[in-house]
Amino acid sequence: MSAFSRRQFLRSAGALAALGAVPVFLGRALAASPTSSGKTLVLVFLRGGADGLSIVAPVGDPAYRAARPTLALAPPGKDGGALRLDDVFALHPALSPLLPLWGDGTLGIVHAAGLPGATRSHFDAQDFCESGTPGLKSTADGWLNRAVQRASGPDGAFRVVAVQPTLPRMLVGDAPAVAMSSLGQFRLPGGPGGSSAFDALYAQAVDTALRTTGLETFEALREAGSAKLAQLPPDNGATYGNAPIARRLQDVSRLIRAGVGLQVAVTDMGGWDTHVGEGTEKGQLASRLSELGGALAAFARDLGNRWADTRVVVMTEFGRTARENGNRGTDHGTASVMLVLGGGVRGGRVVGGYRGLGRSELFEERDLAIGTDVRSVLWEAVRGQLALRDASRVFPGFSPGSPVLG
Amino acid sequence: MLNPISMHHALPALALLLGCATASPGTGPLAPSGASPRVSEPLNLPPVSWSSEEKAVHVLNRLAYGPSPADLQQVEEMGPGAWIAWQLQPGDIDDGAVEKRLADFPSLSMSTAELVAHYPRAKKVAEAKGISLEGKSPEALRTQLAGVIEPFQLPRQVGAELVAARLIRASASRRQFQEQLVDFWFNHFNVSADKGAVRWMVSPYEREAIRQHLFGSFRELLGAVAHHPAMLFYLDNWTSTREDLSLPKKGRMGLNENYGRELLELHTLGVDGGYTQQDVREVARCFTGWGIRKPNEDGSFEFHPRAHDTGPKRVLGVDIPAGGGIEDGERVLDLLATHPSTARFIARKLAQKFVMDAPPPALVERVAQVFLRTRGDLTATYRALFESPEFWSDAARAAKVKTPLEFTVSAVRALGGTTAGDVPMVQALNRMGQPLYRAQPPTGWAEVSQPWVNPGALVARIDFGLKLASGRLTGTEVPLPAVDGDPDEVVDRTARAILHRPLGDQTRATVLAALGASEVMPDGERRRLDGAKLVGLLLGAPEFQNQ
Repeated sequence: MSAFSRRQFLRSAGALAALGAVPVFLGRALAASPTSSGKTLVLVFLRGGADGLSIVAPVGDPAYRAARPTLALAPPGKDGGALRLDDVFALHPALSPLLPLWGDGTLGIVHAAGLPGATRSHFDAQDFCESGTPGLKSTADGWLNRAVQRASGPDGAFRVVAVQPTLPRMLVGDAPAVAMSSLGQFRLPGGPGGSSAFDALYAQAVDTALRTTGLETFEALREAGSAKLAQLPPDNGATYGNAPIARRLQDVSRLIRAGVGLQVAVTDMGGWDTHVGEGTEKGQLASRLSELGGALAAFARDLGNRWADTRVVVMTEFGRTARENGNRGTDHGTASVMLVLGGGVRGGRVVGGYRGLGRSELFEERDLAIGTDVRSVLWEAVRGQLALRDASRVFPGFSPGSPVLG
Repeated sequence: MLNPISMHHALPALALLLGCATASPGTGPLAPSGASPRVSEPLNLPPVSWSSEEKAVHVLNRLAYGPSPADLQQVEEMGPGAWIAWQLQPGDIDDGAVEKRLADFPSLSMSTAELVAHYPRAKKVAEAKGISLEGKSPEALRTQLAGVIEPFQLPRQVGAELVAARLIRASASRRQFQEQLVDFWFNHFNVSADKGAVRWMVSPYEREAIRQHLFGSFRELLGAVAHHPAMLFYLDNWTSTREDLSLPKKGRMGLNENYGRELLELHTLGVDGGYTQQDVREVARCFTGWGIRKPNEDGSFEFHPRAHDTGPKRVLGVDIPAGGGIEDGERVLDLLATHPSTARFIARKLAQKFVMDAPPPALVERVAQVFLRTRGDLTATYRALFESPEFWSDAARAAKVKTPLEFTVSAVRALGGTTAGDVPMVQALNRMGQPLYRAQPPTGWAEVSQPWVNPGALVARIDFGLKLASGRLTGTEVPLPAVDGDPDEVVDRTARAILHRPLGDQTRATVLAALGASEVMPDGERRRLDGAKLVGLLLGAPEFQNQ
């Protein structure tokens, strides 16, 4: 039975409840315990293969400058130089908004993270990052959906949300999840009452995928309408700006601050496939990082004391070649960097097992070799935020080693 | 032989069916074209127990953008086998009415060089006029530039006309299958207008590389795409050179794997098609020098011998001797175009698009064999698909969720309406997750349903149906059905015309209740139904999301 049809089966109890005008979430409450930690996990996926070696540059590695004659960042202290983190690593200057978080220990960095069995295909690499089963294409559901299924959590329609137009692969599965471009566009004319006829039509739908999605949709519409979520202004003087990633994180913040029971949020950001003209302290990559850094900093500020209950993981499908290519860009590689932010992170350090860019240290003589399995970092995040114990249920066949960021 | 179809018969039939309450302006999809279809070799269809209407609806749901009243009647009159054969020869189909409408869009027939000249970058115009942009804030820049250039000369006009043309063709073209193929093959060979100079290349790309080669051999299509500057730019091949090249202005150049990899993974063999990282590099070496003449001014294909890696190469175990020049790339395309992995990959993707999300392996294999036997004859491959018992199986009927493009256009067609494809329609597609010509990754949009079914997209679909029916979608108009008579009958009749299946009792009751049909006026008269609301409910209903 596919993940989607199993979910439809599980939710058919909910469908019957809807017909009898019983709140839909009662159907779900049977499966989940009512306790809720109030913690939230936010996953930001950088699509296209973000260049970890420029995001957190190993300026202390002598091989770095040699591998990147035109792309290496200027050393810390120089004009437009990278921002010193430790003896080896420096942060891309466009990420300067994140320095305060590094300083207060709520930003930790995992370098040389990747999945075994490296594939340099965007499609396959994203698929494996999201299924959580590298090398195994037949996995029907996503790792984060499996994690949610095994967690207890609140019974709201907004327990699991993707702020992007389509549901990401990692959230596909039995646990209900809402995908929306933005809170502002998530409404129907006529207010909450305007949707009641459609609510009934979808409850009767023969197509089970549509019926299931309909249930989730109308429940979420009612909640969003009654909480006036889309209008919630930022707190603590946070300013998000207009970048798409900023608007999306602002919506995540609204869901957290409105207390509608958000447990997992996912969003993504494109534009990381820097084959040509990647740039250094300015340019293509710098623009994306500036949007990302500004958005994350505003998000942290906006959340105020809820930041302590939030964990953000920023990941990508693969890193890029150690050496720059013939176009002042980089091609598809293997290991990259992960950023882990929020309360409970023992940050202010770069961990992960970075080996170096010398010829003998590289994977297949071209890519940064993997020092940490991406799943270790993801597992640490869901274990903490969703209070899970058994990693093998989320990542079959994988046993996490020692803690990465604690 | 078939009787000539008279389109004049279709119009009164439609009027009876829907009792047009508002007239649709201009030339709609129902306009008589004059020429009657010539048909050769109707398809040999497997026996199936469906009614004539059911067959026609299925064919129009898959090969067209849903049934319009006129096309439905035409398929029923011709028979599905003859209609499909006719659609496989679009040159025989007079599409003059649509072509006349498209004449309003000058950019559609321009070359990249002409597009760059007619729709220049605003910055370039400012520079030419001697306006300094130094040190200005982005806002000040925008205001200043707005005064320099007319809105209809802005580069975004190129994209706007292309999207509008796609929507007009999808909704009104009589070459419906051709339009579905444009959707399929553009998506298969995706480029994004958002990437730099592609903006001025994407319209010529669709016209020259995609539309010209939909019914010929796969090798010709693949070759046209490989040569096209839009693809060369989008996947960076124009900048890829032999490893040791050094240019006076640009400095050291070298190999870029982007196109080589996607050519193997996405365009031909598929990710499991049996190639290695070494093959990716070797293919990239073969294509070095395949470039673009002045991408920001001229934008035509140009081979640069100096950038080409002249050494010997080995691709998929086949030696490509040194010194082949531009022919290296052609050799690679020859190898790939007729490779069994390519046959299977293309057959499976076509079956996903036109039959079902998880096509039976037997179907994929059968279609792949036709592809191989005919050395990639696309028309023969399509034929095999539509003659298959799997296409005509109950499991295939209404088994696919419409993409946003299919949903919006099929809504317009279902009511015999028209669209000019302007901003509100485009915004609706964006909200549903399908901004046309702007899919960023080389994978394009998914051919399966799952990514299109989620709460945000569902809300956007329902909202679209309500807006369309109530006439609030500027530039897109649909005639509303007559609502006189018994409410139960009105609902049944309208549902039949839009959904092509009877309503369940419960669904009918829900619709009637939502329309307030049970309320009785003081004089005993029942409330007149709100036609717009009725249509909005049906377009947003789950039954209309499937095809």
